[in-house]
Amino acid sequence: MIHFVQKALADIRSNRFLNFITIITISLSILIVSVFMLFFENASRIIEVWNQGGRAMIYLEKEFSYEMLPRLKETILDLGEIDEMTFISKDQALDKLKNEMASRTDFFKTLQSNPLPDAIEIKMKSHGSFEQIQGFARQIESLDMVENVEYGQGWLGKFLNIFNLFKMTGYAMCGLFLLIALFITANTVRLAFYSRRLEVEIMRLVGATEGFIKTPFYVEGLFQGFIGGVLGLVILLVGYLTISSGMAENLAAYVYTDIQFLSVKAILTLLFSSTFLGWFGCYLSLKQILK
Amino acid sequence: MSVDKNINPIIRLFNVSKRYGAKLALDNVSLDIEPGEFIFVSGPSGAGKSTLLRVLYLAENVSEGQILIDGMNLARVSPGKLPFLRRRFGMVFQDFKLIPSRTVFENVALVLEVAGESQSFIRKKVMHVLRTTGMEKKANALPPTLSGGEQQRVAVARAVVGEPSIILADEPTGSLDDKAAQAVMDFLMEYHKKGATILVASHNLHLMESTVRGRNIVLEEGKLKTTSTML
Repeated sequence: MIHFVQKALADIRSNRFLNFITIITISLSILIVSVFMLFFENASRIIEVWNQGGRAMIYLEKEFSYEMLPRLKETILDLGEIDEMTFISKDQALDKLKNEMASRTDFFKTLQSNPLPDAIEIKMKSHGSFEQIQGFARQIESLDMVENVEYGQGWLGKFLNIFNLFKMTGYAMCGLFLLIALFITANTVRLAFYSRRLEVEIMRLVGATEGFIKTPFYVEGLFQGFIGGVLGLVILLVGYLTISSGMAENLAAYVYTDIQFLSVKAILTLLFSSTFLGWFGCYLSLKQILK
Repeated sequence: MSVDKNINPIIRLFNVSKRYGAKLALDNVSLDIEPGEFIFVSGPSGAGKSTLLRVLYLAENVSEGQILIDGMNLARVSPGKLPFLRRRFGMVFQDFKLIPSRTVFENVALVLEVAGESQSFIRKKVMHVLRTTGMEKKANALPPTLSGGEQQRVAVARAVVGEPSIILADEPTGSLDDKAAQAVMDFLMEYHKKGATILVASHNLHLMESTVRGRNIVLEEGKLKTTSTML
């Protein structure tokens, strides 16, 4: 194996320009994909915060009385998916409101009765997608004594629709760029192969197996993919460090959370993808040339 | 050179023909070659000398007929087995076929590398062969910096380093001056004395007659015309 690695490194050195172009292409493709991933990862976290981690308020009808609470709680719990459940009576809600709006005491003096409904605050166990929350909320809404369920279905739903559309576009663009990188890698291997056609012919004449001939090309492809991936991520990290601090300050009022770099899982996925890309480009090329 | 008639032929051709389109490069050639023979294949250009060698090392498939190498039918050699069969041959070409980006040492070592030999064995063996061909001092040189005669000596070193039982040489002296050609032929004769079977295709009859003690096979328009012994 050491022989093949040495051979691949020697080939990369002797075809510097070609390999440089391939590595740059792979790194740019990985950069584009990783920018999308960085955006999606952070956007998901922000949405999570906006969504209050799967919290929802169940507002109860005026006819609701405290005696009905145990049965209602039981019914809601039977639906599953509930992590926490807290009853907030209309008096508690009014007290909380008064505390939060302490400077507006005049307004509260004009109130002849408590206009707020009784409510139950719930936290769902899984809140991965907006559709899940929506479906669950609809089930609760159909229960007796439940007037409506508030879970950010207005603006958050619309935002999520736009976000999902953007996500789909992102996936399509990532796929396109990876495909371009794949073709360029395959083409580089093809050019490298043709530039070493005499060498391959001689290897065959002296009894080299196909594995002996192909392995250095595969090692070269793996190197190109891995180095391209690392380079793309380094560029992303530099860009992230340069602009993230300023961005975090500007967005602090809206997002209530830090902009974070890619998770370890995402980094490993990208490195694996880029390395695989290098290998697969090589595989496609050699399969066509050596058939 | 005398050939023991009780020994089975190492190479057998049965009615071998090779067509390139309408042209018949080999026409119904049948031939037995005993182990340890030195065969000189002569004939004018286009007579089929190179084609004969090419079908022997399976660079080309025959159109008709069969070839047996040491009892193995070449028509039945699977692509996976082909590299192992080729390791039994050492090959020398008129255009040397050396890898220009690899040193003399690396070019010769390639044969042993593909056979999976250890680095220490390769170093020892290659340096020994380069010493015997007089190319030891040029071990680190690249082929394009060498003269034609030196390049052919490297090619011969590469052909013998794996100690093959058969050497196929296609016009090995074709692009060399007389002195260099003689050196190459002398070396092939030395290797022949160790028991190897050698086939040399060449139109340089004068050189062969002055060097070779073996059998002369004459090809004309793809047909085997005459077989004679050179003493």
